[in-house]
Amino acid sequence: MKKRKPAKTLNLILTGVGGQGNVMASRVLAGMLVDAGYVVTIGETFGMSQRGGSVMSHLRVSPDEVKSPQIPAWGADVIVALEPLEALRVLGVYGNPDVCVLSNTRPVYPIGVITGELGYPSREIIMEKFSLLAASAWMIDATDAGVRLGNPVLSNIVMIGALAETGLLPFNRGMFAKEIKKTLPPDKLSLNMKAFDEGRAMIRQESVALKNL
Amino acid sequence: MNKLLSPDKSTVLFLGNEAIARGALEAGLAVATGYPGTPSSEVIESLAGVAARRNLYVEWSVNEKVALEVAAAASFSGLRAMAVMKQNGVNVASDFLLHLIASGTRGGLVLVSCEDPGALSSVNEGESRYFARMLEMPLLEPADFQEAKDLTKWAFELSEEIRNVVMLRSVTRMSHASGNVVCAKLPTKSRRAKFEYDGPVMDSQTGPMISTPVVAKHRLHQEKLKTVEALFEKSPFNRYSGPAKPKLLVVTSSVCFLYVREALSMLGLERDVGILKLATTWPLPPRLLERNLQRAEKILVVEEVLPFLEENVKVLASAMAGRIGVKTFFGKYDGTLPAAGELNPDIVARAIGGIMKVKPKTPPASYLAEVKKAAALIPAREQTFCAGCPHRASFWNIRRAIALDGREGFVCGDIGCYSMAALSPATGYNTMPTLHSMGSGTGLAGGFAKLSAFGLDKPVMAVCGDSTFYHAVIPALINAQHNRADITFIVLDNAGTAMTGFQPHPGLPVSALKETVPAVDIACVCRGIGAKVAVADPFDIDGTSKILTDYLAEKGSVKVLILRQACALSPEKKGKKTFNVRVNEELCLGDACGCNRLCTRVFRCPALTWDSARKKAVVDEVICAGCGVCVSICPQNAIVKAQGNM
Ligand code: SF4
Ligand code: SF4
Repeated sequence: MKKRKPAKTLNLILTGVGGQGNVMASRVLAGMLVDAGYVVTIGETFGMSQRGGSVMSHLRVSPDEVKSPQIPAWGADVIVALEPLEALRVLGVYGNPDVCVLSNTRPVYPIGVITGELGYPSREIIMEKFSLLAASAWMIDATDAGVRLGNPVLSNIVMIGALAETGLLPFNRGMFAKEIKKTLPPDKLSLNMKAFDEGRAMIRQESVALKNL
Repeated sequence: MNKLLSPDKSTVLFLGNEAIARGALEAGLAVATGYPGTPSSEVIESLAGVAARRNLYVEWSVNEKVALEVAAAASFSGLRAMAVMKQNGVNVASDFLLHLIASGTRGGLVLVSCEDPGALSSVNEGESRYFARMLEMPLLEPADFQEAKDLTKWAFELSEEIRNVVMLRSVTRMSHASGNVVCAKLPTKSRRAKFEYDGPVMDSQTGPMISTPVVAKHRLHQEKLKTVEALFEKSPFNRYSGPAKPKLLVVTSSVCFLYVREALSMLGLERDVGILKLATTWPLPPRLLERNLQRAEKILVVEEVLPFLEENVKVLASAMAGRIGVKTFFGKYDGTLPAAGELNPDIVARAIGGIMKVKPKTPPASYLAEVKKAAALIPAREQTFCAGCPHRASFWNIRRAIALDGREGFVCGDIGCYSMAALSPATGYNTMPTLHSMGSGTGLAGGFAKLSAFGLDKPVMAVCGDSTFYHAVIPALINAQHNRADITFIVLDNAGTAMTGFQPHPGLPVSALKETVPAVDIACVCRGIGAKVAVADPFDIDGTSKILTDYLAEKGSVKVLILRQACALSPEKKGKKTFNVRVNEELCLGDACGCNRLCTRVFRCPALTWDSARKKAVVDEVICAGCGVCVSICPQNAIVKAQGNM
């Protein structure tokens, strides 16, 4: 497993479908990194793009400088996806042979798929594409973990826990605990820590990532 | 602690909009007003959150013009005030703005326009920068988050220096992006309001606040703009970076500066290309431009959306051509950059690369080939109403009524989440063929209704949201009623400004500051102008379509139907389900049902999905909001509901 401590800018894209808690996840990640002394830029769009559409947050972690809130094409280092199709979509614009992907397994079907006009690639095909387009990839059942913990929207925290365990971004459990204390009411903290730990455990179990070069 | 009140010298991650709010606080803001509109809303929202502790008055005004008027009253009384809106809001405010600039101001008054190049969350990509030139108003454009804060603060000082309004322009990629900001001190003293008006008419500080005598005051204002120019010449917010004699000079402003810097590093051209970053974009400081334009023969102007900066730079360059020589300009006029849509580092890199004959790096061809193969498998993800959205039910009712009526009635649309009904035919069931500005649906409907004498004999409807009703619909409605336009007017009342995040509006008994205030009742307003009014719940499919069908058949003038049901994402509904809904597999006939899969092909709730292996409809319980509407649309009664957790 690679440990990355950014001496140069690290580009992370958090993606999913409107309503999955993308914005919250990117804020939590950024908050930890700002406290750790990095210059962080987050680019995101919200508003109409949230209504069932694809959403993306671009997180840029630099040792010293404000960055463009839009990552250039083929420029992602890490892709975290709350929805697997969206990981694939982002790879098609921001991927490169060195990118690492961490994806939730649970599909949210686009309307065109529900109506039968479009097809949704199978889990096997998505995994195959990850292995062709990324240097490493992890897929975890984060929504299921959220549902088990009582609320599917916790999947975003499960993903953050998993991300911590991959070591792709310079943060840990202690930093996470400190960050969520700033915004969450005290009665929500332990549930969120549980979700975080659940995510870490899932990466540990998935002892070998799909492709870990 | 609210992060907007972070202590002096602390480094905080702020949204661009929060940085603007913090800058205003550091300047000693007293009054902030606005009308919600993406990407501007968080400025007022975040200020409302600290109003009590900072002794501010913050309000969501009924529209942008009134917002500016309320803010101006504070300025006339010597306080610092700010009015915040999205780009097209400036159009709404512009009539007052024209006269306000003519009368002048007193306490620092800043107009913040947050614009949306690329229309990421708008139905236009209008430019308000031209207002700066047209109305002769100083314009500032921050290029990063720190500047968003610092320039806002300075805007108040500048406004007081020239005793007139200053405009600060942000864009979505700044307002809704976040970055590190180092805070400065918050003032401890506040001013008292005092409004003087018995001084001489030409004295804007003690005399009456009026725009006459027009020409004399206009001249006075133009003299003040010379002061602005002089201050802009020295402004530390305008910066050149790069070699002393670059092969290409890029002139830019706003977030485009970050794109240019990124593009240069992508192309490895940092040592060849210089960047003149301007924060004061109208009026341009001529001497600063002269010094910098001299550096290079080739000049590229990078901006969003229209070539505003390019035009102004060219005008100055032609006036000084005798001293700086003739330049070759690149930008929007010659097609180096597109004049529609937003920019990004890739577009800018291609433009610079084209001039400098350098190509941006791409992954190996084998990788790109795999990307292409994968892309073919990715289905598009269309925007749609949320699961449980009242608008889906409303348009379902409208669709039914139009079908029953049989005369091809149609709906004139308006601005809000329900605009999506026009953006995707599948969302509005092909019922809503027009969409323009706030309130225009009703105005258009009133016009269509007068065309029967010319052979257009279709029932005409208009929809509008609750917030939109107060903003701009009322005059159009009065017009329709008074001129006897036969229209069915439907208010989609979802109890808040859902699209921009549930800001209150005059229909609710609560203000931006969470105080209890009188609610202005839409039904009463409509009855007051003499219209016929009914109220229904759009989730009651049978009841609502009956009223609508009757309305369409009835001759008259304005018939109003208020469809009341809270937004699926509203704080009181979120996470709760009125019903637990599931598909009874025994009853669901799947493809064999004569309904052509009404549920999943036509109705299109994202939570009502299709199991293609078993050929049955299935409710995705994670996405389902439990509204129960789909229960009434299934002709087989195969979708069933039980009480939920609400
Ligand atoms: S936010 Fe509310 S009003 Fe807007 S689409 Fe979703 S449910 Fe409908
Ligand atoms: S009850 Fe039916 S219409 Fe309502 S959200 Fe669930 S699936 Fe969609």
